[in-house]
Amino acid sequence: MKYKSQQVAYWFFALCMLLFALQVVYGFIMGFARIGMDGLHEFIPFHTARAVHTNLLVVWLLTGFMGAAYYIIPEEAQRELVSVKWAYVQLISLALVGVAAITGYHFNIWEGRKFLEIPRELDYLVVVNVLLFLGIILTTLFKGKRQTTTALVLCMGLVFAALLYLPGMIWFDSQVTDSFFRWWVVHLWVEGVWELIMGGILAFLLIKLTGVDREVIEKWLYVIVGLTFLSGILGTGHHYYYIGVNKIWLVVGGVFSALEPLAFLAMALFAVYMYRKGEKTHPNKIALFWTIGASIVSFIGAGLLGFAHTLPQTNIYTHGTLVTAMHGHYAFWGAYAMIVLAIISYAMPNITGRKKFDNFNGHLAFWLSNIGILGMVVALGVAGVVQVYLERRLGMEFMVAQEEVKIHFVVMLLCASMFATGVGLYIYEFFKFGRPTDEALAKHDEPELIAVS
Amino acid sequence: MLSKSQARAFFLGGTLVTFLAFIGLTVYSFMPSNDQSNHHLIDEQVIRGKHLWETNNCMGCHSLMGEGGYYAPELTKVVDRKGEPMIKAILQSPVIWAPNGRKMGPYEMSEEDSEAMVAFFKWVGQIDLNGFDRVVSPLAKDKANK
Ligand code: HEM
Ligand code: HEM
Ligand SMILES: [Fe+2]
Repeated sequence: MKYKSQQVAYWFFALCMLLFALQVVYGFIMGFARIGMDGLHEFIPFHTARAVHTNLLVVWLLTGFMGAAYYIIPEEAQRELVSVKWAYVQLISLALVGVAAITGYHFNIWEGRKFLEIPRELDYLVVVNVLLFLGIILTTLFKGKRQTTTALVLCMGLVFAALLYLPGMIWFDSQVTDSFFRWWVVHLWVEGVWELIMGGILAFLLIKLTGVDREVIEKWLYVIVGLTFLSGILGTGHHYYYIGVNKIWLVVGGVFSALEPLAFLAMALFAVYMYRKGEKTHPNKIALFWTIGASIVSFIGAGLLGFAHTLPQTNIYTHGTLVTAMHGHYAFWGAYAMIVLAIISYAMPNITGRKKFDNFNGHLAFWLSNIGILGMVVALGVAGVVQVYLERRLGMEFMVAQEEVKIHFVVMLLCASMFATGVGLYIYEFFKFGRPTDEALAKHDEPELIAVS
Repeated sequence: MLSKSQARAFFLGGTLVTFLAFIGLTVYSFMPSNDQSNHHLIDEQVIRGKHLWETNNCMGCHSLMGEGGYYAPELTKVVDRKGEPMIKAILQSPVIWAPNGRKMGPYEMSEEDSEAMVAFFKWVGQIDLNGFDRVVSPLAKDKANK
């Protein structure tokens, strides 16, 4: 770590860990409710648990992206952050807005619009907060010595993510229009601008971890984000098939969303190829696992499992079933959770000065969480396919079909325990690193890349 | 071989073209002649129903037009399936409604509120969903597919 202000990232990452842990707790609440253990209904009914689970997910990922930006931008721009004080103000206000929203969900204060449950009043605070964040990051970048492609792509992703939040704040009388523009936020985030953020972080990590020439990595970064937008923007149409808008989306959405996996495939090939091409190796093996892992699992979760239900002919059967939940879990995990855990794993030794690069617990956390979530996804997938068959082919009542798939949630919960153990271990290791230290600012703290013989 | 500036041109060009196409298609979809939702039938009652739908986060358990939670039944054609009196009774009930084990409420809605909910469901039930409601059973009880 070269710049003292990069230490700010630590506190974002710490908040990130806390919110992630809480997200998993609410996941269990829903999982248990699904197998009939819903004793908490009076205090935390299913829809509260769901809103908290998904919103915490989005907030911890955004917190992670922000931490990543505070770490990466000074290093790329080669200067300190313009203001550390305001960065802390931004962190604290972000935490407060988050806590207020989550608390509200327990008292029936929300807007039941899937993923955008935060009430509009709080939305305005979110906007102010994000503007502050962008102000700090962008002035740092443009006052810096250089504006690298990696930094520009990362910042472009962050700016577009902020802009795209706005269509979700408009008020519509029609459920159809409401839904239409809700997807401008939800879809264009995860299958558009967040991929720029992911690509930027991935490129930064690959430059650091493999020693491959920046020019080569950044050229391919443009190709990847090019593929992302080329397919992802019109791919929004895959959410417009059956919500009461024109049939033209069946064609447009079908064709373009079917191309979306290409961007994820490119990302996976890119990461693996750069890793193999690299003539140096970095001692931080854990970060490398998460980095390469993110590129591969995102291709499976988002690319392959997304493709599996994106054509209108299939989607008519799977739309709004547990098949969607299966894909949602693996896509979010592979693409965004893993890339955030990758940058945290990379940054922590540098921020704290503790060179714990390669340890047993770190590897165990990686494998337990990954095998655990794979099991959860398979269980959800089986439940989803059975649900589709019983309910939509045989015409069985919703609740009768749900009774049939209950057993798969028992399996899911078992796998979730394994997953949670891995996550717990990751968080434990995180806090064991201790706080940021100024010793970590030593001139040659970046470990020399070791040449592979 | 592809150069970095060519790669950048691919990114910027592709983005611009698809973005413009997307805006164009959005405008096209919302032209009154392409309306499939009977937009003119949205009245005060329907809007009030939508407001209740949102402020109670019904979508946290149920789905509507296939969007929402997967914990409770799809409600797009619920008026066809359950009938108006039943829906009002469930919404007004002072005790938890749990016919198949999974719990809902209690919501204790007023007569007016439950009527607004029904108006909202009726409006949603008439939207042309490009065939979703024909394949997906049992959205409408008389249309259950075989
Ligand atoms: C990292 C990227 C992605 C993430 C995080 C993600 C996440 C999600 C989530 C959470 C949903 C549920 C949305 C809701 O019903 O409210 C969803 C739906 C969907 N996703 Fe993705 N997704 C990603 C990429 C993709 C890709 C690349 C494809 C296609 C190739 C795809 C195809 C779909 C489809 C068709 C649906 C609608 C399912 C339905 O009709 O119920 N997704 N995605
Ligand atoms: C212990 C771990 C977890 C459990 C038991 C769990 C369980 C659940 C359950 C039961 C649902 C609701 C499905 C429904 O409506 O019936 C859900 C939704 C969701 N969870 Fe999890 N979850 C866990 C971890 C995660 C993680 C780590 C992620 C992200 C990386 C995640 C992302 C999501 C998303 C995006 C949805 C919404 C899906 C949709 O609407 O299609 N969950 N989860
Ligand atoms: Fe999508």
